[in-house]
Amino acid sequence: MRVVHYLNQFFGGIGAEEHAGAGIEFRDGAVGPGRLLEALLGDGAQVILTIVCGDNHAVEHQEEVTAAVVQRLRDSSVDLFVAGPCFDAGRYGMAAGALCSAVQSQLGIAAVAAMHEENPGVDLYREAVYIVDSGASTLKMREVLGRMAGIGKRLVDKEAIGLPAAEGYLARDLLRDQLGSETAATRLVDMLLAKIRGEKFASEMSPTKFSPVPMPAPVKDLSKAKVMLITDGGLVPRGNPDRIEGTAATRWGAYNVAGRDDLRSEDYEVSHGGYDTRFVQDDPDRLVPLDAMREMERSGVIGKLHDEFLSTCGRSNPLSNTRRLGREMAEKIKREGVDAVILTST
Amino acid sequence: MVQITAARPIAKMVGANRVVQGTGIVHVTGDAKLPPQDEKDLRRKLVQQALDALQSNEKR
Repeated sequence: MRVVHYLNQFFGGIGAEEHAGAGIEFRDGAVGPGRLLEALLGDGAQVILTIVCGDNHAVEHQEEVTAAVVQRLRDSSVDLFVAGPCFDAGRYGMAAGALCSAVQSQLGIAAVAAMHEENPGVDLYREAVYIVDSGASTLKMREVLGRMAGIGKRLVDKEAIGLPAAEGYLARDLLRDQLGSETAATRLVDMLLAKIRGEKFASEMSPTKFSPVPMPAPVKDLSKAKVMLITDGGLVPRGNPDRIEGTAATRWGAYNVAGRDDLRSEDYEVSHGGYDTRFVQDDPDRLVPLDAMREMERSGVIGKLHDEFLSTCGRSNPLSNTRRLGREMAEKIKREGVDAVILTST
Repeated sequence: MVQITAARPIAKMVGANRVVQGTGIVHVTGDAKLPPQDEKDLRRKLVQQALDALQSNEKR
């Protein structure tokens, strides 16, 4: 088995945080924990290449680094790509997830990563990539590498991988059909009785966990601030030029309102299958309050209303889409020097 | 960022820190039942609430 291993500057032996800006390096053979990985894979497996990159560089130049790795591995008969374990190093986890995901989808190479459940890389990549639950402590290195090796081997051999709890990887939010011995009605009543009695019970599905979002500082001087309007109600120009879908939208648009005091029905339509759109179609300001915001700008309450409003459709949209849409919008917001956003949601 | 929505519990569930209660799902910054001028006044008030929230440290 030919294995490629991705490590950050620390595990790659370059140095600690002060070397987080280190660029990408390709080294022959196994490095650091890669040696143990090789031993645990056994059966003549070889780490033929170790890719080392500084955490800051990997995150700041994610597209470049990903492209470089894909380019290097293309046409090179690699069986398995292993990234980490990253433990709770967030930038490392983001990079590891991104690389595993790219290598899998673009080159069809089996991939496995490992990180702590709360690593930001988990939320973004858990559905796409097998991520072993490493916990936060590097003391578990050997045990974690062992689980990565086990899953890695089975991915390469295309053998079945069991459920998360059994195999020690993080739940991927995937549903798998299984034949049970009792009907759902029986299981439901059993669960309810246990709950009423104050006994322990295991929910078959767990609600999505949302990590708390740190509260941004208030705007110091609104009269100097540039404010942008954003909506997930699906308001788009007539003809929906960016073809934003009315369900599970994968795209968002930026629409110019410079010089407009009011949004007119004849200029817009609504792409959103989740609510009765007549009222917004009759007066789009009912969703994107341009008229009121223009007044605020004129009277100096706000410094400037940004010339575009951003729009997408929030209906039945999986987090795997919306997290990306949000990130892309945030990049636009930063690029445009916007100080504050008003998001209107249906 | 401040979010204006009629479904405030959803916004809070996903972690929004500043949420203003909108008028309705189908007209979050409006009200089709009101005469046009009253509707504009309502919209102005909602937008002002949103702008106030942006300047405040209060979680809402």
